[in-house]
Order: sequence, then structure tokens, then C-alpha cells
Amino acid sequence: MIPEIGNFALMVATAVALLLGTLPIVGAARGNVRWMAMARPAARLLFVLVIIAAGCLIASLVGNDFSDMYVAEVSSRALPLPYKLAAFWGGHEGSMLLWLLILSFWMFAVSVFSRHLPREMVARILGVMGLVALGFLLFIILTSDPFERMAQLVADGQDLNPLLQDPGMVAHPPMLYMGYVGFSVAFAFAIAALLGGNLDATWARWSRPWTTVAWTFLTVGICLGSAWAYYTLGWGGWWFWDPVENASFMPWLAGTALMHSLAVTEKRGGFKVWTVLLAIFAFSLSLLGTFLVRSGVLTSVHAFASDPRRGVFILLFLAVVIGGSLALFAWRAPRVGLGERFELISRETMLLVNNVLFLAAAACVLLGTLYPLILDSLGLEKLSVGPPYFDTVFVPLMVPALFLMGIGPLARWRQTSLPQIGARLKWAAGASVITAIAVPLLEGRFSFMVALGVLLAAWIFASSMTNLWSRISPRDGGQVGAKLLALPRGYLGMLCAHCGVAAFIVGITLVKGYEVEKDVRMAVGDTVALGPYTARFNGTSEGSGPNYLYLRGDFDVLRGDKVVATMHPEKHKFPSKGEPMTDAAISPGLLGDLYISLGEPVAGSAWVVRVYYKPFIDWIWGGCLIMAAGGALALSDRRYRQARRQTEFDPYGTTVGA
Amino acid sequence: MKKSIVFLLPMVVFVGLAWVLYRGLYLDPREVPTPLIGKPAPDFHVESLETPGRQVDRKDLLGKVWLLNTWASWCVACRQEHPVLVEFAKTGLIPIVGLDYKDSRVEGMRWLAQFGNPYQTSAFDESGRIGIDYGIYAVPESFLIDKQGIIRYKQIGPFTPELLEQTLVPLIQRLNAQS
Repeated sequence: MIPEIGNFALMVATAVALLLGTLPIVGAARGNVRWMAMARPAARLLFVLVIIAAGCLIASLVGNDFSDMYVAEVSSRALPLPYKLAAFWGGHEGSMLLWLLILSFWMFAVSVFSRHLPREMVARILGVMGLVALGFLLFIILTSDPFERMAQLVADGQDLNPLLQDPGMVAHPPMLYMGYVGFSVAFAFAIAALLGGNLDATWARWSRPWTTVAWTFLTVGICLGSAWAYYTLGWGGWWFWDPVENASFMPWLAGTALMHSLAVTEKRGGFKVWTVLLAIFAFSLSLLGTFLVRSGVLTSVHAFASDPRRGVFILLFLAVVIGGSLALFAWRAPRVGLGERFELISRETMLLVNNVLFLAAAACVLLGTLYPLILDSLGLEKLSVGPPYFDTVFVPLMVPALFLMGIGPLARWRQTSLPQIGARLKWAAGASVITAIAVPLLEGRFSFMVALGVLLAAWIFASSMTNLWSRISPRDGGQVGAKLLALPRGYLGMLCAHCGVAAFIVGITLVKGYEVEKDVRMAVGDTVALGPYTARFNGTSEGSGPNYLYLRGDFDVLRGDKVVATMHPEKHKFPSKGEPMTDAAISPGLLGDLYISLGEPVAGSAWVVRVYYKPFIDWIWGGCLIMAAGGALALSDRRYRQARRQTEFDPYGTTVGA
Repeated sequence: MKKSIVFLLPMVVFVGLAWVLYRGLYLDPREVPTPLIGKPAPDFHVESLETPGRQVDRKDLLGKVWLLNTWASWCVACRQEHPVLVEFAKTGLIPIVGLDYKDSRVEGMRWLAQFGNPYQTSAFDESGRIGIDYGIYAVPESFLIDKQGIIRYKQIGPFTPELLEQTLVPLIQRLNAQS
């Protein structure tokens, strides 16, 4: 019964989405107030209906209803409760429902936080999002129904993929989807503005917090995914340039460019065409990512779903959404005026260069991901593109962007003087050069890439601090603390996110430069030296978890003669699945991780053991979290709330910023 | 007028992209044409990975049935395949020659030191030149080459113990039986 309710809720939701996607938009074009007024209640109703459907799926999962095909595929009786919930997005159908759930959540959020928006704008925004939701609803109902019944009853389900039975996997997909579905809001704002012909600073100010919040979620989501790969795949890598990873990284790059471009549009009225195009790109890349992952056109370690029928549907949907919005762009954008003029040396120019570099980076990732497919469909050779390509193209694109990250925030709008900036940054420059030389020397092994990475990281950090100090220095009167608190949160968030990038670079360069990886055969009592530590193997023991058997290695980590940690890497054997899973033991530290994973047993009680020392690796994820914290800080900026208060008194809500 | 054409550009690019994606739906990424089967294995003469200066030449292997296995230290699937090959090499059935594809010598050597070396020797294809001759589109790929230097079998993707046992070994035995 429960799956049928879920299915019914989705069908009603489809009708609501159809209504929402048509009447309010037509109403906005014709000035029909009643039709426009339908947008909010319809969006809220849609959210409720999708919640009902999601609730039905959760109830079926928790209640072990294996007559539901999806439940039988991704769950089992013995599966612990948190993973039963995570099984919601453990397969294709559930993932699509999660996508829809989050989309309707964002629609609900827009319907609540849009009191200050003109009626036409709200109608158009929710209408556009309603059309996107309609596409996904049809996709789910026609090709990927999570509520389909089994023809034959089974006693137990096939269990969730053991790789996904992990706390990181419980949080990663919802975070990631909050991010890339979140770009649908900025997209809908852009389309609404193109339709209404009101691309202006006010539009940019409304779009900004929505973009920042999506970007923040996406940053956390990607970070969780990378950390998950690090500790569950068992060989200590953190990024693989896998098509599925690229699918989430491309919208991030476009979204980062969008955030910066929006700043110019809001403050200076410039870059409107850029901004609107980037908003379309960011969401289009999210949709494209969904297509790449769900259609099976690219095989990857993830390979979730392969069904050409699904592929054709998503492609058609993609063609309508992306093609339609780009056509609208081509039609409307030429009429958008230019913003205020700016000189060659100005903050605008630097942000423009940032935009170009980030967009180029996204294009390179897209090209690398699709290149094998492009050649193949032209009937040329088959080939694969691996990390060597991405590493080669990425470094030269990011180095200038990172360098500008130091200067840009200090530059003035419209026109700025280079000598003046030089004078302000001379200490930052000196300090970063010294750090760049000192760090490799202290580590005892010089490498150009390490020096370059440290130089850029130190440069970003030092110039951000210079920037901050110039704002809070007691030199022109006032107290440091009071001045700090009075600074706009948006500004602090920007500095914080930039410092996060610096920490991230420290992580990737030092890991790459100084990691120690040893794959050794260890018998009981053997030791292996690793950076400043020694690891000793004490043997293995066996036991059983809730739905698996485990074999646990016991290691002591010594520094000198003192035991500083004990580590327990495990092998998990799930009865329902073949290969045992590796569960690495990690002893994390600010200066580096010790990473031990069990390989294969060899003669007697000896094992092949992977023992890694990963200096500064946690800075990679720490850096991402600092970036996300910067996003959160910027979101708390008073400006956004003030803007709302000022306009709430406007009974018609149509004259904002005019 | 000219200006509006620029605004159409994203649309044009997208149409091209959509066409590629549409074609992609009907292509099997795992299926690869193997025009090389039954043809002589392309020649190569290149430095070995382990000993710079020593050359590996395809012609030196004439008269033997042998396996050419491409690998690279950056290749994820190779990590999965490697222990299978190490086990297979222990049987001593045929020589396995590695082709270290688009790799660096340091990384390649480290990989062999870490995971074991099943290869009689590894040709060092730093530029990927040999890979092009052999039509390699992804690593790992393997070629079974007979006594006359003719390619008899191509494996795309990692070998599994089952594949070795059920497909490769019978083929090797048949080829070995031929003069």
C-alpha cells in the first residue's frame, strides 16, 4: 500500500508541476495577477507531495518491504538503520527522487524567502523551477520509478553496496545535491530576468545569497566525497579525475566564477551578460553531470545506471532546458546594456580574468571528460584521458588565478594603481618567498612544485592578512576588536574562503611532494619506519559486525620507544557480496596522517600491508571546510537582511532598486 | 547584427555537444574495434624501464608466444589487475612484457617495487608512441602475440583469474602446439 501512495503522490506532483510551470509564467507575461499568485502555493504543495513520496520510500526501506523492487535492490534485513536511510540514495531511482526532493526544497525556500521580490519575478522564478521539476518527475515516473513492485516476492533484499555502507556516504550525496541542485535557483533567477528584461544590480543582489548557499553546500559535498574515497578505497588517493567526480567539479568551477561575476554585477552593474551566461552554465553543468552519471555514456568506477532509454530521456530534457535557455540568451542578451566603464588595471579586470580562467578550467575538465566520447562518436579512435592530462592543463590555469587572488581584493573598482598595490603587498610578497624557500628546506628535499605551491598558499594568506590589517589597524583611530566586528560579513567571508584555498593548496602540494608510501610484507612483530614514526604489526583477530564478518589487524605506532597510537585496519566480508572490503585505519594529525590498510594475506600469519605517511593531507579537506565556512559567513551578512527589510514596506514590491 | 551572432555561440556549441552525447548513447564504451587481430604486432624498439640504455625490441621475442601488457602507475584498474598478473607470471607459462605507458620512470619503478614485477622486462613508452601504434585507448590492455609475431588476442581492461584460466591459457596452449 505504501509504495502506491508514494507513486500517487508523484503523479499528483506532476500535475502540480505542469500547472506551476505554465500559468504563472504566462500570467507574468500578460499581467494576470491571479495566475502569478498561484506560484507560491503551487510550489509549496509540490514540496509537500514530494515529501510524501520520499516518506513512503523511507517507510518501505525501514519496514523491509521487499515487494518494492528498489528496496529489494538496495537494502536487506540485517542492514543497520542509518544505512537503510542512506539506501534511499544508494541506487538510481532513489537518487533521482533525492534530486527532486532537494529541488522542491529549494522551490519551497524561494517561496518563503521572496517576500521582497516583485510578483512577476517570483512567478517566473518558481515557474522555471516548476518546469525543471516537471522534467524530473516525468523522468522518474516513466523510466525510474522507485515504487515499482516485484513480480515475485523475495525473502530478503540484496543489501546496499558495501562501498556505500559508510558514514561519509550517508552525508555526501544530500550535500552534493543541495549544492548542484541549488544552482537551479540562480539559473531560474537568470531565466526570469532574461524573460522580464530586468537584468540589473538588484537582480544580482537577489541572486547572490542563493548562489553562495549552493556553492557552500557543493563545496562541503565534494569535500565529503573526496574524504570518503580516501578512507574507503584503501589506497590513500583523494581525487581521481573520474568522470563522476568531474561531474560535480565542473558546476563548482562555474559556480565559483558566477559568485565572482555577481559581485561585479551587483556593485558596478557590469558583466551582466557574463553573469547570466555563467548562471545558465552552472546549472547546465549540473544537469550534464546528471546525464553523464545516469545515462552510462561514460563508464567509470561509479557506473550506477546504464539504460539507453533513460539516457535518451535525460538528453531530451537537457536539450530542452539548456538549449532553450541558451536560445533565450541569444535572443535577449544582445539588448542588455554594458555596465560602467573600467580601466585595464582595476578590480573589474582582475575579476574578469578570474572568470575566464575558471571557465577555461571548467571547459578543460569537460573536454577531458568527453574527449573519448567525442572521438568515438566521430568514428575516430578510442582513447582515454587520465590524470596526466588534467594535471597538465590545470596547474597553468590555476597558478595565475591564485596569484590574482592575492591582488584582486586590494584593487579598487574602476581604476587602480599597480605601484600602490605593490607597495602595500611588499611585505606579503617577501614573507611568502621566504616561506616558499624555507618549507622545502625544512622538509629536507627541494622540489619546484612544492616551492611553487607553498609560495602561492603563503601569498594568498599573507595578502589576505595585509588586506584585513589595513581595515582594522588602530593607526587611524579606533580599536582593533571593535573594527573587526564592524567589518561586513561578506568581506570577512571572502577572506576566509581565500584562506581556505591557501590551506587546500598546502595540503595538495605537501602530500604530493613528501608522502611516503610503503607496501610491505609484515609478519607478527615486524616493524616498518615511516617518516618520524615506526609501525609495528601485532597480529590479527576476527569478529563480526552487524551484517559482515571482519578481520582486524593490530598495529602499534611508535615515536622513539613510546607507543603514540594503536591502529586497527580491517577487512570486511559481506555475505551477500563477493570481494572483501578494505577499511583503512587512519591516525589523523594536523601535520600528517598515518594510513594503514591490509592488503592480502601471505604465507603464515604475514600480510601485505600498505603503510602510508601523508603529510598535511587533512589540510585538503580542512581547506575545503574553511572555504565553505567563508561562504556561510558571507551568507550571514547583514546587507541581505537589510535589503529585505527596506523593501517589505513596498506594498506592490515592484519598484525595488528602480 | 554581427554582435548577435556572438551571442548564439553558446547555443551552437551546445548543439554540437548534444549531438555527441546522442551518438554516445548508442556506443558501447567497452566495445573497441580490434583491427589488429590477425595482423603482425607493430614493431617497437625502445629503452627498457628498469635499465636505461638497454633496448627492448619486439623482434627479440619472435619464436615465443608472449603477452604484451600495458600498464601505468597512474592507472587505477592496473592496481586491480596487477596481483592477478603477478600470480600468472609465477606459473612461467609465457613471458609477459610490460609496456609502461605515458609514465615517469621514477613512478613506474616505484610501482614495480611496491606491487611486484611480473614482467620479463618493461618497455618504457614515455611519449605514448607505441601505444598509438597498438591502438591503445585505455590502460590496461593486453595483446597475446604468437611465435610469428602475429597478434592473436586482445584484452581490454584488467584480466581476472577467470579470464586467464578460461580464455587465455587454452589459447596459449593451442598456439604453443603450433610450430
